[in-house]
Amino acid sequence: MSAVVAEHDEHHADDHHGPAKGLLRWIITTNHKDIGTLYLLFALAMFFVGGSMAMVIRAELFEPGLQFVDPAFFNSMTTMHALVMVFGAVMPAFVGLANWQIPLMIGAADMALPRMNNMSFWMLVAGVLLLASTLFMEGGAPNGGWTLYPPLVLQPITVGKALPFAVFSVHLLGISSIMGAINIIATIFNMRAPAMKLMDMPLFVWTWLITAFLLIAVMPVFAGAVTMLLTDKFFHTSFFNAAGGGDPVLYEHIFWFFGHPEVYIMILPTFGVASTIIPVFARKPLFGYASMVWATGAIAFLSFIVWAHHMFTVGMPLAGELYFMYATMLIAVPTGVKVFNWTATMWKGAMSFETPMLFCIAFVVLFTMGGFTGLMMAIAPVDFQYHDTYFIVAHFHYTLVPASIFILMAAGYFWLPKWTGHMYNEKIGQLHFWLSAISVNILFFPQHFLGLAGMPRRIPDYAVQFADWNMISSIGGFIFGASQLLFLYIVIDTIKGGTGEKVTDEVWEDASKHSLEWTLPSPVPYHTWTTPPAMVPTEHVLDTH
Amino acid sequence: MKQTKQLFAGLILMALGLGTAQADYTLNLMKGVTKVSNDIYDLHMLILWICVIIGVGVFGVMFYSIYHHRKSKGHKAAQFHENTTVEIIWTIIPTLILIGMAIPATKTMIELDNVQESDMTIQVTGKQWYWDYKYLNTDIHFESHLDEASEKVHRTVGADPRSVPNYLLSVDRPLVIPVNKKVRFVLTSADVIHSWWVPDLGWKKDANPGFINEAWTSVEKAGTYRGQCTELCGRDHGFMPIVVIAMEQPEYDAWVVKTLEQQKQKPDLSDQSRGQLMAHGESVYLKNCVGCHQINGAGVPGLIPALTGSAIATGKWEGLDGFLRAGTAKMPSFSKLDAKEFAELMTYVRNNLGNKVGDELQPKQTALPEDDD
Ligand code: HEC
Ligand code: HEM
Ligand SMILES: [Cu+2]
Ligand SMILES: [Cu+2]
Repeated sequence: MSAVVAEHDEHHADDHHGPAKGLLRWIITTNHKDIGTLYLLFALAMFFVGGSMAMVIRAELFEPGLQFVDPAFFNSMTTMHALVMVFGAVMPAFVGLANWQIPLMIGAADMALPRMNNMSFWMLVAGVLLLASTLFMEGGAPNGGWTLYPPLVLQPITVGKALPFAVFSVHLLGISSIMGAINIIATIFNMRAPAMKLMDMPLFVWTWLITAFLLIAVMPVFAGAVTMLLTDKFFHTSFFNAAGGGDPVLYEHIFWFFGHPEVYIMILPTFGVASTIIPVFARKPLFGYASMVWATGAIAFLSFIVWAHHMFTVGMPLAGELYFMYATMLIAVPTGVKVFNWTATMWKGAMSFETPMLFCIAFVVLFTMGGFTGLMMAIAPVDFQYHDTYFIVAHFHYTLVPASIFILMAAGYFWLPKWTGHMYNEKIGQLHFWLSAISVNILFFPQHFLGLAGMPRRIPDYAVQFADWNMISSIGGFIFGASQLLFLYIVIDTIKGGTGEKVTDEVWEDASKHSLEWTLPSPVPYHTWTTPPAMVPTEHVLDTH
Repeated sequence: MKQTKQLFAGLILMALGLGTAQADYTLNLMKGVTKVSNDIYDLHMLILWICVIIGVGVFGVMFYSIYHHRKSKGHKAAQFHENTTVEIIWTIIPTLILIGMAIPATKTMIELDNVQESDMTIQVTGKQWYWDYKYLNTDIHFESHLDEASEKVHRTVGADPRSVPNYLLSVDRPLVIPVNKKVRFVLTSADVIHSWWVPDLGWKKDANPGFINEAWTSVEKAGTYRGQCTELCGRDHGFMPIVVIAMEQPEYDAWVVKTLEQQKQKPDLSDQSRGQLMAHGESVYLKNCVGCHQINGAGVPGLIPALTGSAIATGKWEGLDGFLRAGTAKMPSFSKLDAKEFAELMTYVRNNLGNKVGDELQPKQTALPEDDD
């Protein structure tokens, strides 16, 4: 990583100093680039940890019957896979991107609260390690699903000693996320180059600003919910225990009040990255910048008032069912606006298809498929069939894997050359893309059929009529899993020197017309924007000028 | 060979990418056998086609553009970047489509919700890991467990599920209902949240501990319909299927009479051979204990004690008997078992699962005073 260190800082300040020497640099660093790197590498590692768990799940489901794991361990795998992917991989990866990119994109010297930045990273590590440690505890890791529904997670015969550790881990992860969010909001509001108005900000910055507010709003709700689990279990409260006057469905409401915005926390920054990359490779300004900003805001607002669409079968009154159905259907409107805008951005462009662009195009197509199934599930009476089947599994994986994960890959290919000053190997990148894009569909598309044919989710064994599609899905899964090793290789290879070709400051043709970071040298010096830029690129925001 | 052919066919179907038709591969939602399930199917097809059409439109434009507007073909980028009219159009049109969609969806939702004027009511109680059915206002009350053949196979590494008919989808005692009658269900749970789903009836409904949910069905076609629990309810969540048999009224009436008679019968307390006790005992064990104590009696480390070598299991039989009848905070009471089942079960537990007490219990010994006539 030493390549990141500045050799030719154009913006020298008198107090210019490099990073601390040795390993200590990574522990005590307050530099947004170092912390961004830490977040990204940690997320990548967790992506492989969570991915290995997914491979265990797909191996057991390869054929009907019991082959490898015990049902309780299977349930631990699904639970831990989800928790690790959500809280260990996707969310930290986006925080990592925010750390690297937001200061560069808004012309700030660093994040507003650098020490807190360091602390929030290490709390994340502590939280995830604590969670992982439950795998080795008596009675195993939590196995009640990532939703942690009571009374199941409170049951002594289901979850052994893991619950309090999982709860404390959620607290740590929550505090870490909230600190990250506060930092991002403070940075965006206070540290922008004076020339940059709010409506000049790149969409990545906008979407992260909105995401940060979502985080601050809902992480405490989740922390509260799991704390209530804890007191129900150990301090004889009865929040969720009917015998004591409580209600298990209350937990579901609280959880999903957090849970639905949470899924948007994982997708809004994705929208931002896609809106940043597509215009560069279409060589055309983003279509409808202002409507993109408004659509993001609308989605964020709606995400607070639709939670019970995860609970259509829980037994709500008719009026409740209808309200949540209508509200959920509404989300399709701003989401559609986004997809139309991306398509219009490509229309009559001069497109080229380097790896980041390929991942973005796959994202637009496959995310839209996830949006379609989302719309289908929003129709409450039909969700009485879809709910808790593999159809749901297919839906959210389409919105998470070929959407959030693909965009994270796209971001890696897009910005790594800028960060390291080295070009990645385009051939291997393209190979990685095609393998991923094809296998992800072999993996998840058949799951729609399985769900419609009646296969429930979260089961370790299934009736034989589901055998064929499960086998195909598992094969897709193994190919997808193996293909990701290519990405690992590319990241390491690029850091070490890549193709050896020296990248220009712009890296991508005319990129500097789109965003500030491309006006800096490549690799980006250790300290940047010690004096804010006087002018900001306006290619992406022409319509507001 | 057959496998590869099927795989291949599957991949081609997938390439076509349409989740419709092709009953052999059950790619699509089932129509089901009630009016509501048919309405739901129609809604599903409607929204699916709306999505397909929008998808073809959007992806069509995108792929046209990807093909024609590429730099390598020398296409020069246009520089337009906003158009308020277009934005308004593509906000309004989807909204109108959604309103069109919401109308039939609302109708079906209201229909689903209407449990009034039912002809009979069945109470469904989810338990770890079986269903308990009680026909309200009658004496019919029974449990419905996963069938023994599936039970053995799914617990044995490497056993062949294809050797069991309706693997994981059959039960020892199915729920029986008459056709063309409005059957109301009241659902609840004795432990954790379960969810009762038979796809052919068109809906699932959660069974929440301490609360009661309502739902209804009116099956139009006699037949056997299968489903599963769909809310994660612990280690054997995948192993609590549902089977509903819908019968013509006369057949159903006969079933009611027969069932009531069977329920009135006293258990047969006559002596059994050791072989019989052990064989029957295994069935009782598979039905009642295996989900927790496992097929070999080893339990689950850290959660559930082993029966192999357990002092309670292998001590005085009276002690074991008392323990099972009383239950504990963590283990339910089994006082619902009759004297015959107690004798068989205890003989089995004490002389199998790695235990060798060597005794043999007869139903007469385990009968409680009031069981004697
Ligand atoms: C829901 C899970 C569950 C089921 C079903 C279950 N048990 Fe248990 N069993 C337990 C648990 C948990 C304990 C530990 C009880 C405690 O410590 O309170 C236990 C304890 C026991 C013990 C005492 C073991 C020891 O040495 O401490 C015996 C004997 C036993 N069960 C027999 C049975 C039999 C026979 C059946 C079937 C009729 C059965 N159990 C069904 C969960 C279950
Ligand atoms: C058009 C937009 C969307 C709509 C209308 C929508 C709708 C829904 C509905 C109705 C459910 C509940 C289904 C059920 O359990 O019966 C659901 C589940 C889910 N959705 Fe979406 N969704 C949309 C976009 C997204 C996005 C963007 C993400 C994440 C990036 C996402 C992630 C999830 C997840 C993780 C679940 C399942 C959670 C669980 O039960 O474990 N969805 N969605
Ligand atoms: Cu949701
Ligand atoms: Cu269940």
